[in-house]
Amino acid sequence: MVASAAFEAVVAATRFGYAARGDELSAIAADPRGWVTRQIDQPVRPTFPADLPPSQRMVAALLQMRRDKQQADRKAFNDQVRDVYFAELTARTNAAVSSPTPVIERLVHFWSNHFTVSGFRPFVRGFAFAFEREAIRPHVTGRFVDMLLAAERHPAMLLYLDNALSIGPDSIVGQRRDKGINENFGREMLELHTLGVDGGYTQADVIALARILTGWSVARLNDAEPGTFKFYPQIHEPGPKQLLGKVYAEAGEQEGIAALRDLANHPATAHHIAFKLAQHFIADTPPRAAVDEIAKVFRNTGGNLAAVSKAVVALEAAWSKPFGKMRRPGDMVTAACRAANFTPPAPFLAGGLRTLNQLPFYAPSPAGWPDDAASWVSPEAVLHRAEWCETFANRLPGPPDPIMLASATLGEALPADTLEAIQRAPSRRAGVALLLAAPEFQRR
Amino acid sequence: MACCPSSRRQFLGLVAGGAGVFTLASLPGAVFAAVPGDRRFVVVLLRGALDGMAAVAPIGDPLYQEKRGAIALKPPGGPGGTIALDRFFALHPALGAIEPYYRNGALLFVHAAGNGYHTRSHFDAQDLMETGLTVKQGESDGWLNRAIVLLQGGDKARLGLAVGGAVPLILRGKAQVASWEPQGVGAIDNDLIAALGRIYARDPLLGPALAEGIKAQAFSSSVLGDDTMAKGGMGFGPKAFAALADAAGKLLAAPRGPRIAALDMGGWDTHVNQGAETGRLAQNMEGFAAGLDALAKAMGPAWHQTVVVAVTEFGRTVAVNGNNGTDHGTASVVFVMGGGVKGGRVAGDWPGLAQLQDNRDLRMTTDARAVMKTVLRDHFGLARNTLDTKVFPDTAGIKPFDGLLRA
Repeated sequence: MVASAAFEAVVAATRFGYAARGDELSAIAADPRGWVTRQIDQPVRPTFPADLPPSQRMVAALLQMRRDKQQADRKAFNDQVRDVYFAELTARTNAAVSSPTPVIERLVHFWSNHFTVSGFRPFVRGFAFAFEREAIRPHVTGRFVDMLLAAERHPAMLLYLDNALSIGPDSIVGQRRDKGINENFGREMLELHTLGVDGGYTQADVIALARILTGWSVARLNDAEPGTFKFYPQIHEPGPKQLLGKVYAEAGEQEGIAALRDLANHPATAHHIAFKLAQHFIADTPPRAAVDEIAKVFRNTGGNLAAVSKAVVALEAAWSKPFGKMRRPGDMVTAACRAANFTPPAPFLAGGLRTLNQLPFYAPSPAGWPDDAASWVSPEAVLHRAEWCETFANRLPGPPDPIMLASATLGEALPADTLEAIQRAPSRRAGVALLLAAPEFQRR
Repeated sequence: MACCPSSRRQFLGLVAGGAGVFTLASLPGAVFAAVPGDRRFVVVLLRGALDGMAAVAPIGDPLYQEKRGAIALKPPGGPGGTIALDRFFALHPALGAIEPYYRNGALLFVHAAGNGYHTRSHFDAQDLMETGLTVKQGESDGWLNRAIVLLQGGDKARLGLAVGGAVPLILRGKAQVASWEPQGVGAIDNDLIAALGRIYARDPLLGPALAEGIKAQAFSSSVLGDDTMAKGGMGFGPKAFAALADAAGKLLAAPRGPRIAALDMGGWDTHVNQGAETGRLAQNMEGFAAGLDALAKAMGPAWHQTVVVAVTEFGRTVAVNGNNGTDHGTASVVFVMGGGVKGGRVAGDWPGLAQLQDNRDLRMTTDARAVMKTVLRDHFGLARNTLDTKVFPDTAGIKPFDGLLRA
């Protein structure tokens, strides 16, 4: 199927961004693929409110609260965490709604899901968004190895995956106390962040990596910079370790850095990342050739994520089956906000996303949110989606003309029956609700 | 924005607490202004275009039965039949709950009323109905908000109340208004589900999931004894309207409460299977009448100082369409109710059915803004000149009624 430029503009805006608005579609139609790649070449960093706390401050507050264990302090801390969560959610949504480079926002969300930290472990809630801002965002068009190092060394990840408490049995502390390795971090890093579950590693590799990473922890209140990464030699497992057939000589903190560099360059990692990108941007079951092509670019460029992202855009498969992907609820909500150019109050956003089962940074496991329609389309979920669209439409201050909104958002991809249904809607708000709930908006 | 809504299921802006808690004393910042005579005014916006000829049927018109065909109502008399209002007009039986108000002189109808514009677009028509303008302009505030600004004088205290979801256009503008919305009204509007059902039919994932979802919801509704799906959805549909109206009444009745309120009721866009004495439109009317009754009862003694006006954006075609429904038309009927009304009659000029607007619609003989001007002049004492220039700009030709209200 050869799509018109006008049609491809819609695909570009929805598949690689969130949703077009105003006159964007006509501008994109001049060069739909270029519209995507230019953003990757020239990302615009959103301006975040100055009062969003860096993770260091929130981690230090957590440590303080844990040390004091006072009931009143706990309540004050929880209130602070809730306030920060709402402020962060608003800021993140605003960024996606107003960014001139929405493709970058999509990539940021993709990668922070790849390196999931989750409020299912409550202590993470206060600094999950900060983690994304500090460890993920700076690297989405940089090198994978730099993102990997930034994410794994971030206190949010070290706390979430228990490495802060992982103690080498033969370390100075380990010899004194009967405490040991925590494998969780090493296992998830291999399975989820780098090689992938079929990446060819063994249980021995999991333990070796966990040993290598002992000592990677978070500075305590007595330390110089509480709440930042700190290497504690006294809990680091001494001696050489063998990971994936390679021996890492004892090198303290540097062992882990060397191991992560090797994992980032491993061909299995290239394939794993390529599959996830292809599944996110192309199809639930992406064509093998597409995955291979992305993996090849990953390998050939040493994990240059700008090149890798552009490789996705360059694939015919990324354009040939428009609206083949179901939007996940979070993407649907963000796309609706962007289309309507309106960010509702944080409690409304959070309430809706909770009902839709995708409250940001509350993924049920370190694997993050699934990326296939089967995980998201159930009878109840579809009703919830429609209900959310209606509620959101009712929330819009001064509802836009739904026909104009439909044309600005879906352009050439707006089917006649959807248009007719919108035209027949009994009110503007009902028309907007219909547009947002329409298959073409629920999909991308 | 006048308030900071947080969740559809929560009270907004003002009222803290669970559903059914209407105490104003505890409302932070809820300082409401006083108006002359402590009078109340409620505007009900019937969105989707009410078939005025079904609500108040011109049974006496010689062409009525012939022109309406399958959806014509039978003359008064039989059980479940229409209710005679006078020798010419009959009330739809589903509106029976408001008949006593008519008999007591607290309800009148202005028939063949429109809004002075020619568009059959719901969106444009509702905008004009709410802005009070004759032609579409870019941004505008709502006419009721403009009236509130005038009534407030320099007083910054609030006077207006939006009941339902967001603040509707009619109440948006310079004057701050409060807003209230019920808890537990969250189910999806049945019209939206029906429309989605049609466009999801071609979607291999969403189609079957929606169908299953509806079945599951219908099941739980039947178990819970809640037949809202069958009755046209909750949302702002027939069932929910009584709850909204009751809440509005209680808030308006409070000694230092709001004095002017707007509330919405949808479900009037009866393109398909409109029905006659019974059916879809009848069900909606039943909910509407129950709501007006609930509003009146909730207001208690304050009902004597109250005028309620219910308007719709346009009427519907005289003839039935190919789906036993009616399409977008021109004139409809306006409901004027309350202790302040000199009621018990059908006002306005009946244009007859011999000559139709564009050969299809009931012609408009009264601009509904004449009714609104009457209320603002006789109930609140705003000057005619102000009404013609500020509340409804460039409408000097639209004269208020004399003797519509007790005033």
